Amino acid sequence: MTQTDFYTILPISILIIWACALLLVDLFIPKGHKQTTALLAAIGLALTLGFSLSQIGSDLKGFNGMIVLDGFSIFLDVLLLLTGLFGVAVAKGYLTRFEMEHGEYYVLMMLSLSGMMLMAQATDLIITFLALELLSIPLYVLAAFALEHNESEEAGLKYLLLGAYSTGFVVFGISLIFGATGTTSFAGIFAAIQGGAATMSLLLIGSALLLVGFGFKVGLVPFHMWTPDVYQGSPTSVTAFMAAGAKAAGFAAILRIFASVFPALAVDLMPIVAGLSALTMIVGNFTAIAQTDIKRMLAFSSIAQAGYILMAFVPFANETVRATAISAGLFYLVAYTVTSFGTWGIVIALEKAEGKGLAIADYAGLGKKYPLLAASMAVFMLSLTGLPPTLGLVGKLYLFRAAIEGGVYWLAILGVLTSLVSAYYYLRVIVVMYMKEGDPQISREGWLEFTIGVCALLTVLFSLVPQQLFAWTSQALMFHF
Amino acid sequence: MVPLNYYLALSAILFSMGALGILIRRNSLIIFMSVELMLNAANLSFVIFARQWAANSASVFNGQIFVFFVMTVAAAEVAVGLALIVVIFRSHQSIDIDQLNNLKG
Repeated sequence: MTQTDFYTILPISILIIWACALLLVDLFIPKGHKQTTALLAAIGLALTLGFSLSQIGSDLKGFNGMIVLDGFSIFLDVLLLLTGLFGVAVAKGYLTRFEMEHGEYYVLMMLSLSGMMLMAQATDLIITFLALELLSIPLYVLAAFALEHNESEEAGLKYLLLGAYSTGFVVFGISLIFGATGTTSFAGIFAAIQGGAATMSLLLIGSALLLVGFGFKVGLVPFHMWTPDVYQGSPTSVTAFMAAGAKAAGFAAILRIFASVFPALAVDLMPIVAGLSALTMIVGNFTAIAQTDIKRMLAFSSIAQAGYILMAFVPFANETVRATAISAGLFYLVAYTVTSFGTWGIVIALEKAEGKGLAIADYAGLGKKYPLLAASMAVFMLSLTGLPPTLGLVGKLYLFRAAIEGGVYWLAILGVLTSLVSAYYYLRVIVVMYMKEGDPQISREGWLEFTIGVCALLTVLFSLVPQQLFAWTSQALMFHF
Repeated sequence: MVPLNYYLALSAILFSMGALGILIRRNSLIIFMSVELMLNAANLSFVIFARQWAANSASVFNGQIFVFFVMTVAAAEVAVGLALIVVIFRSHQSIDIDQLNNLKG
């Protein structure tokens, strides 16, 4: 292992070592004092974030080109670590309130996070596969973390079974790609395709299977069946982390693999990706309308949002648009992460024991009683719909522009139309909060309120200076694309 | 020597059996076995392709090494899965996935 190798995986190593050490330290922290574990986990995440930030600007290949450290991966590392910090902040009070305070929660979260980061850094299908599993297996456990509750057990098993199913597709897809090109490294596969040494039929089937596998992970229609059940059944703090982190990591892998390895297959893959994106937006938004449970509604909303992000991939082979399209995708990913985390934070604030406080009707009267909280929720709902003054609007504008420049006008139009549909169920929450009478009770927890506030501020502030964020996302693509 | 296509056909058949098994069987343990079948179908094709590329590829070992990774990862996944199944059996006295219908909407 050379120094370069070491440097490329430095943040991930810190995170994993910290997590393992925390598992031991946690043994000596008495029950009822697990806030200390949360604090230690947060320190570890902040430390890793510091190292990640210090790596900005580097462009290195480690382990014979299997893992890279480039703008793209650093950008996602930072985003994911912020997700992790938010995840710890919302979980701390939630776990105490629902009497499932176990230090393992934070350890599992950190391990899953290291898988997500590795996924963004992988440039070899072997590493992509390992990262995918490192990401998923702790999440299966986390989904079932509220063990005594039937819903949580059920969510865990469903997530595990469908996750394993999708892994099967990914592995078989990789085996066919390996068969077609004789290598698993991204650069090698790309070279084999360009040099004409690849068996195209095998390669096409392989990449389609890979797309199916990752489609399961990020919850694209028609591979989304698990999403509503798992999001609803898991503890809400886990759902928040899963909705933001797993999705970001899944999209990172799709982006890197399809944009840097398979441009030659674009003619065959582009209609499929466009179709998946369209189907995801339509089904996600229309099904969300019928939901009365807020967790389930947000699950369908997250499916719909995945459809919008996927829009950025459609022109992935078009040399002139690719860079703007992918940075638009990253931009929207940031917007989605911040907004959805804030929304889930509010759901956590209102949730009560035995699944109470989760109906949309329970939000009645929030505007009068807790004006700040209701205002944040309104900001998030506007952002998810894509209305001003929020990050969601800017993100959608960039996405639609990318689709139009890529020549898929119908997809952009469909995006606008489905956004209109989504306004119905997002704005309904605002209407319920401000115009219905009610007496909601929230749990006041400092860290949680802080997270919600930060998310709301970021959503509004970045929409005022979107150029800055867009400059960062464009910078993230300077290398390797 | 058995031609490559025979192996590939076998691997594709095993994979389809696994994928179908997950869709139509209702017992969680059988579903797990079907997952293993899918992964092992992939392993078979990895080994076969590794042999096919043995002569003219620098990264011939990638295919064979991948098989070991898949086996270890599958073991880890099953460990979590079986633990969950035990917990669910305790609360439901059954591991039939049709009994798991608390979440709906």
